[in-house]
Amino acid sequence: MTTQVKLETNEIPQRESGFKRFFKALILMRESPIGMVGLVLILFWVVMAVIAPLLPLYDPNAIMLPFQKIGAAAPDGGTFWLGTDHKGRDILSRIIWGAQKVLVWATFATLVAYIVGMLMGVVAGYLGGWADEAVSFIANVFLSFPFIILCIIIVATLGASGWTIVVAVTFASAPQIMRIVRGLVLDLKTRDYIFAAQTRGESPWYIMLVELLPNARGPLIVDACLRLGYTVVAIATLGFLGLGLPPPDPDWGLMIKEAVPLGAFAGHSMYLPAAALASLILGFNLLADGLREVSLRD
Amino acid sequence: MANTTAVIPVLECKNVNISYYTRAGEIPAVVDFNLTVMPGESIGIVGESGCGKSTVALAIMNYMGKNGRVKSGQILFNGRDLQAMSEDELRSIRGSQISMVYQEPMASLNPSMKIGEQLMEVPLYHEDVTQAEAKQRSLDMLAAVKLPDPQRIMDAYPHQISGGQQQRVVIAMALLSKPALLLLDEPTTALDVTVEAGIVQLIKEISSQFGTSMIYISHNLGLILETCDRITVMYSGEAVETGSVQAVFNEMRHPYTRGLFASIPLPGTNKNSRPLVPIRGQLPLPQNRPQGCYFGPRCDFFQAGCCDQEAGISMRPVLHEVRHEVRCERFEAIDWQSYHPEGLSGEQAEIGQVVLEVKHMKKYYELSDSSLMAFIKGKKVQYVKANEDINLLAREAETVAIVGESGCGKTTFAKVLMGLEEATEGQVILNGLELGHTPVQQRKAQTVALLQMVFQNPFDTLNPSHTVGSQIARVIKKFDVESDPEKVNQRVLELLDLVKLPRDFALRRPRQLSGGQKQRIGIARAFAGNPAVVVADEPVSALDVSVQAAVTGLLTDIQRNLKTTLLFISHDLSVVRYVSDRIVVMYLGRIMEQGTTDEIFNPPYHPYTEALLSAVPIADTSVKKRHIVLEGELPSPVNPPSGCPFQTRCPRKIGAICETQLPSLQQTATGHAILCHIPMTELNLVEQVIQMDAA
Repeated sequence: MTTQVKLETNEIPQRESGFKRFFKALILMRESPIGMVGLVLILFWVVMAVIAPLLPLYDPNAIMLPFQKIGAAAPDGGTFWLGTDHKGRDILSRIIWGAQKVLVWATFATLVAYIVGMLMGVVAGYLGGWADEAVSFIANVFLSFPFIILCIIIVATLGASGWTIVVAVTFASAPQIMRIVRGLVLDLKTRDYIFAAQTRGESPWYIMLVELLPNARGPLIVDACLRLGYTVVAIATLGFLGLGLPPPDPDWGLMIKEAVPLGAFAGHSMYLPAAALASLILGFNLLADGLREVSLRD
Repeated sequence: MANTTAVIPVLECKNVNISYYTRAGEIPAVVDFNLTVMPGESIGIVGESGCGKSTVALAIMNYMGKNGRVKSGQILFNGRDLQAMSEDELRSIRGSQISMVYQEPMASLNPSMKIGEQLMEVPLYHEDVTQAEAKQRSLDMLAAVKLPDPQRIMDAYPHQISGGQQQRVVIAMALLSKPALLLLDEPTTALDVTVEAGIVQLIKEISSQFGTSMIYISHNLGLILETCDRITVMYSGEAVETGSVQAVFNEMRHPYTRGLFASIPLPGTNKNSRPLVPIRGQLPLPQNRPQGCYFGPRCDFFQAGCCDQEAGISMRPVLHEVRHEVRCERFEAIDWQSYHPEGLSGEQAEIGQVVLEVKHMKKYYELSDSSLMAFIKGKKVQYVKANEDINLLAREAETVAIVGESGCGKTTFAKVLMGLEEATEGQVILNGLELGHTPVQQRKAQTVALLQMVFQNPFDTLNPSHTVGSQIARVIKKFDVESDPEKVNQRVLELLDLVKLPRDFALRRPRQLSGGQKQRIGIARAFAGNPAVVVADEPVSALDVSVQAAVTGLLTDIQRNLKTTLLFISHDLSVVRYVSDRIVVMYLGRIMEQGTTDEIFNPPYHPYTEALLSAVPIADTSVKKRHIVLEGELPSPVNPPSGCPFQTRCPRKIGAICETQLPSLQQTATGHAILCHIPMTELNLVEQVIQMDAA
């Protein structure tokens, strides 16, 4: 016989740590080139965001020479690697610090949206009946607003801040997450292990949280990855409309907005944050594709 | 070619090796496979899941998919190598000269096309015929597969006819092109036994009527015996024994074939005195097959140096027998006369007090009908009568089987017992406590613990997200058996011992377990709370025969030792006969007959029980069986027939009384009860359905 590889199933397993499992998942990702590209893009921004305080960057809000080109010399002898904007702030520094802001708030907002959406979905799917009707009705009301308009209305009502972005994204995303989870739960709740839990008299909350939700995680991880991308879009759009993170903190959307009127003679101050934004969103989308591909394969 | 007198085989597989190529490397699915199908011959391929039998069929059809490939060897169809043909040639052969019937009929039919159109496509595509001719041939073929009212079937969509009828349509479609070879891959596995009996009857007639050669793939030896001339037994990708059905069934030579037969609950086996003997060990993964004989590690006759030679074991003919070959180095040396392996035998536990009593229990489901017609008639609510007037007793240490086909209400009955549904009327009394109207959440923990369940589907029974140990531990804590973590852990390990699994399984996740192992964990979980009654809903029907034997043996052994009452829900009368002390036969929500196992298997029979018994395939050539094929379809429980529920299909219907009056229950002093208008004395005169030792 030719090369025969041992399958993992016959090994005597030890409980694996979360880190080890994560590492294994990364190795599996190698088989999806698209997923790897996505992963690299995301890791790049995550690393930038984490080490931002350690980098020899100018203060992102410090006002220096306006309209400097890429690679221009700074008055203190340094270099404006990506030039400066109309107010004379260092664009490189603003992009990197902006990455930190957008990553932190996008992750946080998506997480909150997920908690709310999953709870709604599992309740609607498992309990059914009037609980399902009520939750589904509320979800449908919110889903009838276009995603970004709903976000704008909420932020405009509550005032722009990181926290209102979280609220807005939750209201706009949770109903969509609820629908996915509800669908998954409708299928999962017919499994024998759910009957087994019911026949030993487990409470509905135990069944929903311990027996059902962990088994919905596969499709949800892929969706979460895509949804992080959408949330970055939403945050950038809100920023572009002036409803994002309050200035002067760097915000990619706001950076683009401020650069647009000057696009004709200082294009780089518009293109660079746009490219940063696009690369991050692309990263999430590609990673989601890769995860889906890897999870479907055997 | 014309001047040769020798008949060319329809299909010949010569030293075929088939592999799948996956992320984990090459997986040899079928190794050194030889098969010869002569014209008009029917060959059965039998084996357990993962033995490669379906891969053989796919390779013959050349449907291997992207990652599978015939690595070496030849598959000759009428003398021509299928591997060497172009895609166009293959397409013209597939569907016209080789047809295949799959397990799931609905998957083979296009749901959005009328059956007539789908059938007519076959001759229209493969032959140059007119519409009218194609239609006529389709109608004739539907009649030939014994479908009532072919014209109506032609105009129906697949979902409008029953599963049995769908499978007949698929067979008709396969036969329409007058194929030389018909491949049947578990064609009746998805059907009820009485429906299966009809299809098997049909398959038997095909080869004589149409001269078609057949390859019948099945895990069920009884079905092979009923339908085939020759049989090939496969194990772990290899054919281990091949020969005529008579030769293999009467004088099997390979230890695996022997083991397979010893694990089937044939008539004559008995859980106490003549228990089944499961094959020890597990089927090796294709990557981990041992050197030499693949069955070696599980074989009682293994001899080092002989059975583990590097060159592998080849098929060898049995002397003085025609076309009977065995892949065993030592088959001549084995002395079967003095070989008596032991199963889990034991004394019948003494049957004690009544533990569970069900009195006049009814369960109706409401079905709201929102149609205009229903509104006009003022009948907005209809009822699905899932259970009607159920009466039964179960005593300590007793096994009571509930038998019936799908839709007979046996699962509903289990749900009411478990408290997942409330009884509409009547009582369910467990240890003197009325439970019929108390949902499980309102029952006390001790009461819930008394009544536990083993589920059917091993792949569904355990939560894939949690370790096996934590799932058993949860039950122990939930029912307050133990609360100290140390003791809980100890109890989990004891339960693993009880179901004969290694202790380190506690840390495993369900996906790392085989089907039989999962089912053992399911049993451990059911017994974790020291139950008085365990309801087992088809606990072995999804398992392979040799695993079935082990799990059934385990279940009865635990029950015997713990004196638990077992309610065994099943559609398989062979298993039921083997495990149960008493049997309850249900049809359309009603109990048609109940009595001890002997009473059920001997006259007087209820006419339904009689049909059910005759439908069970038995893998024993010495057993003679009467064949009764039921006419008609199972009625809907929303509109059950008037009078006796079985009157629409009953072969012994006596007249108008059956249609107008519900029969009264005839009962003997021993508790044998039959719901029928025909007097018991008359039913007593009926001939035995299953007769042993005809010789």
